[in-house]
Amino acid sequence: MALDRWIALVLLGICLAYGYAAWFTMDDNLAPFMRRNPIWPSTFPKILSVLGIIAASVILLGLEKSEDTKDAEIDYRRLGEYKTGQAVLLLVLMVAYALCLRPVGFLLSTTVFLIAGSFMLGERKWHVMIPVAVIATASVWYLVQEVLGIYMRPLPGFIGG
Amino acid sequence: MIEGLLIGLQTAFSLQNLLMVIGGCLIGTFIGMLPGLGPMSIIAIMIPVAISMGDPSAALILLAGVYYGAIFGGSTSSILLNAPGVAGTVASSFDGYPMARQGKAGKALTIAAIASFMGGTIGAILLMVFAPALSSVALLFHSAEYFALMVVGLSAIAAFAGSGQVAKALMMTVLGLIMATVGEGALFNLPRFTMGIMDLQSGFGFITLAMAMFALPEALFLVLKPREMRDSGEGEIKDLRINAQEAKAIAPVIGRQSLQGFFIGVLPGAGATIASFLGYAVERNIAPREEQEQFGKGSIKGLAAPETANNAACTGSFVPLLTLGIPGSGTTAILLGALIALNVTPGPRLMLDEPQIFWAVIMSMFIGNLVLLILNLPLIPYIAKVLSIPRNYLIPFILFFTMMGAYIGQNNATELLLLVGFGVCATALKFANYPLAPLLIGFILGGMMEDNFARSMQLYDGIAFIWERPMTLALLVIAAILIVLPSFRAHRARKRSMEVADGD
Repeated sequence: MALDRWIALVLLGICLAYGYAAWFTMDDNLAPFMRRNPIWPSTFPKILSVLGIIAASVILLGLEKSEDTKDAEIDYRRLGEYKTGQAVLLLVLMVAYALCLRPVGFLLSTTVFLIAGSFMLGERKWHVMIPVAVIATASVWYLVQEVLGIYMRPLPGFIGG
Repeated sequence: MIEGLLIGLQTAFSLQNLLMVIGGCLIGTFIGMLPGLGPMSIIAIMIPVAISMGDPSAALILLAGVYYGAIFGGSTSSILLNAPGVAGTVASSFDGYPMARQGKAGKALTIAAIASFMGGTIGAILLMVFAPALSSVALLFHSAEYFALMVVGLSAIAAFAGSGQVAKALMMTVLGLIMATVGEGALFNLPRFTMGIMDLQSGFGFITLAMAMFALPEALFLVLKPREMRDSGEGEIKDLRINAQEAKAIAPVIGRQSLQGFFIGVLPGAGATIASFLGYAVERNIAPREEQEQFGKGSIKGLAAPETANNAACTGSFVPLLTLGIPGSGTTAILLGALIALNVTPGPRLMLDEPQIFWAVIMSMFIGNLVLLILNLPLIPYIAKVLSIPRNYLIPFILFFTMMGAYIGQNNATELLLLVGFGVCATALKFANYPLAPLLIGFILGGMMEDNFARSMQLYDGIAFIWERPMTLALLVIAAILIVLPSFRAHRARKRSMEVADGD
């Protein structure tokens, strides 16, 4: 089974769960006076769940014949030939950045993120990487903090940033 | 209209707004040139900046400038490197890159700039004529028609998705609508589908979703499959002039493609990409035989056609956005989200309530096109240096700006985790050939669609509005036809080809 149909299966599951919530559980805690309303909070989701289930089933059962599109610039069947490792590492780095941004502060976490990102992609010129990251971090922080006026904790919490 | 033009001139020619156009065009050109970053990603990245300015006219002018700049920048990298940064400029590389290979890079860029300028300018004139007319019709619409109109818009996006893609586009639209119902709706003040998670109370952030759908997968694709950067010949860009004979050859092409591109751009779902490919195909077919041979080998007509068409289509896509409040493409969907964040509701009332915004945007289109022509063209050899940034530095920065965009808007680190999660899902969807723009359009229209639906339900005490208002019924019938027609035609074509095979 091709990837697009596996995804359709997952989407069908999502639509079924969504539909179950909309049809069977959502209306239970609706206030009595709201029940007299012609439209309930669950009305629109009910329609959507039906449409979603239909669309997912059409893809899953392959009812709509499609010409095989060969011109896609990237092909998942050849994923092994691509730099999947780098991509996964960068995603992990992004998650780490998200978790560190508050506790460690903007300046340090961003500098480390930019350096680590280039490092993961195979850059080894430290004398370029570090200045670029530091200057970029400082200028973005200045722009966001001073020009746009949005507060971002610059330093780690224990220093009192 | 004259009065409106004057209001627009007054707003657009303030120093701040002029700087916005110039800055937006430069930023757009600069980033649009980078392969892998399309106008949607750039605009998504610029939104926090635009929103924090607080002035809707200035914000929209900035974003519109970025939009034209990105398209122009995309064509520069198509011509010089055969690496289109934007899907809408792929057709420009068919003839632009061969020209650059022949040492005529400067000439190719000039033709691209002039064609873009003319396409954009003629598009803006058409917008000026059609938008007020359309919006005066749209003022007659009630919430029932609005609901139906959005259904038509979303169905059209699915219908134009191409053969074999209708169900997928439809699925993505519905998924976007489903995601829009998460959180606390304005209508009921009840949290829905939050699964008890506090961070979902206010729903998914639209910038987060826009970044996750467009910027992140593009960056990941760059990591996965590094595009070989080819040399642009000698690297020197000189001889920017074109002669009178060439100007005479491309003039009719520009005229035709401005009109054609604009009207394709107005249709929901058919944006700059379709316009540019169609423009290229049409011009090749109507060209004399000896010129037809030249197409694909560096024909100036083959370069002028897609360049004119994609810029005219970009302008055309503002028509449904500004008059009906319905975005027809991913880019205008992002613009709509930005406008809503700035407390402006695009739609027919926009022209009555806040004419200065509407006309300022139109005037800024003229100024933006002019800026691209006179400011960017001489700067191109220098701006093109950005293409030599090594990807080892480029990619971490793209990822960083993606995250900053999502973070600044909400100031919430959970948003970043959602961004990564959705980004991975979006990449998987992109692998499987699911179109992502319909998801975002569905997400942005979801709230409005439900509001209008609920209002009609309340006014008519049930779904009677569907048959009691003929216009609503007609629109919904059109929507149904739009969805069924492509598969019906494909079915018939298949059946016919099978009969032929059997007959043999």
